[in-house]
Amino acid sequence: MNKLKFLFSFLFIIFYSGASFSEVAPSDVVADEYGAVTASLTGVAGDPTNGRKVFMNRKQGNCLACHVNSEMSEQTFHGAVGPVLDGVADRWTAAELRGMLVNSKKVFEGTIMPAFYKDSGYNRTLKKFVGKTILKAQQVEDVLAYLQTLKE
Amino acid sequence: MIFAKKIFITLLMIFGLNLSTASADESAELVVEGQPILTRTKAPSHMENIDEVRSGWTFRIKETQALQMDDFENPGMIFVDKGIDLWNKVEGSKNKSCASCHGDASEFKGLRTVMPKWNASAGALWSMEDHVNNCRTEQMGAEPLKWGKAPMDSIVALIGLQSRGMTMNVKIDGDVEPMWELGKELFYTRVGQLDMSCANCHEDNYGVMIRADHLSQGQINGFPTYRLKNAKLNSIHARFKGCMKNIRATPYKVGGDEFRALELYVASRGNGLSAETPSVRN
Ligand code: HEC
Ligand code: HEC
Ligand code: HEC
Repeated sequence: MNKLKFLFSFLFIIFYSGASFSEVAPSDVVADEYGAVTASLTGVAGDPTNGRKVFMNRKQGNCLACHVNSEMSEQTFHGAVGPVLDGVADRWTAAELRGMLVNSKKVFEGTIMPAFYKDSGYNRTLKKFVGKTILKAQQVEDVLAYLQTLKE
Repeated sequence: MIFAKKIFITLLMIFGLNLSTASADESAELVVEGQPILTRTKAPSHMENIDEVRSGWTFRIKETQALQMDDFENPGMIFVDKGIDLWNKVEGSKNKSCASCHGDASEFKGLRTVMPKWNASAGALWSMEDHVNNCRTEQMGAEPLKWGKAPMDSIVALIGLQSRGMTMNVKIDGDVEPMWELGKELFYTRVGQLDMSCANCHEDNYGVMIRADHLSQGQINGFPTYRLKNAKLNSIHARFKGCMKNIRATPYKVGGDEFRALELYVASRGNGLSAETPSVRN
């Protein structure tokens, strides 16, 4: 039993340090003057299947709160605060879309859309979210991979 | 009877929500027990970005709207009845009830429309709850009631009901002006990990669906409000707290200065609408 625990924590450390080495920290993300982010946050290709899940999950992307997305018509309740995301990959490059996910405020000034990969500069954040980003780096890459499948 | 009502409400929660905006009746008129209630009117002059103010009732689906049109269907009235019991209950070291000094609750007709207001002896902005607790501790020698709990919300609803149909008209200048300014600032300040202000949702996006919710202007003229979601009365500050937690922000203290200031500012955004207490929302 103890051996097993040891093995798990060992694997966890390897996995965890491996991930954090290749990940770009939120404060180190480089965006151009229009907010676009060219470099991957993790160096690991995004997984569109997982990205689709993160997109609809209310505790993660919750993108449906504000966007209609016909590709997910099986989901009830699509919000209408932001634009319809159908064909979004035809309108924006990957770097632009990554920039919107990381910090939409740099792309659309004053937008209501949250910044999904920003961990500081907030006001009165609930304790359990302090110092955290809404999405993890790989989740951002996964959602991005999913968005890139949205073509008309 | 109450049981049947509960089942009906549960069914409404399950199916009613699915009706979505398709059956929202935005042009309906609210008449309660034959009394017309003004749910849309010209915005007060201090509001810069909105021309027409609208009660949250106008954003709700027909079935929810209907519950507020008939006191027998309005589940909030069950709590008002509890408020009447409490009104008449003798408590505290001085052996008094509210009725001992104030007679009938109708003595407070009109009070709801000017709350929150300045209390000169305390030198502070007071919500209805402050008056209730001040009388309990000073006049009755009884324990104060907890804000946001059923006994307090019931008695606040009973007092509010006396003004139903009357025009909201809180004062925003004079002694209360600094608090009003603070409330305004809080309304427009982004907070929480989702980094939003009240205005982002309730001013920039009212009338729009945010997932399954039809965003209203966040008016408080109907509080305390009965919510189908938790099947009880909800106080103004409890609602503010809920909205802040949803955007992952640390709420201000219920009954504290920030929420009192926000209450004044939000109330002033509804000046001109009718008091609707107790309203019904989802
Ligand atoms: C609180 C509402 C809200 C949420 C949640 C939200 N967005 Fe947005 N989004 C907006 C708004 C509003 C805009 C339009 C930009 C502006 O403010 O002018 C927008 C714009 C966009 C655009 C550009 C669309 C176009 O065609 O121009 C993309 C892509 C996008 N959002 C993706 C997402 C994704 C992916 C998520 C979830 C990870 C998400 N949004 C979550 C509100 C939101
Ligand atoms: C012993 C007499 C007494 C009792 C008992 C009493 N009050 Fe009062 N109440 C007063 C007096 C006197 C005032 C006016 C001065 C003040 O605000 O303290 C007042 C003021 C109020 C006000 C504010 C009215 C206004 O126009 O500003 C409210 C509301 C109120 N009482 C509610 C209650 C409730 C609810 C109870 C029972 C929980 C209660 N009172 C019990 C004497 C009493
Ligand atoms: C993410 C969007 C969002 C933000 C930000 C937000 N709310 Fe809300 N609020 C809602 C939703 C959704 C509801 C329920 C539907 C409705 O009435 O709009 C609601 C309801 C309310 C209500 C009840 C309205 C009624 O008719 O009963 C009040 C009052 C309110 N909000 C006040 C506030 C205040 C004050 C703030 C800022 C501290 C705030 N809200 C921030 C989304 C939001």
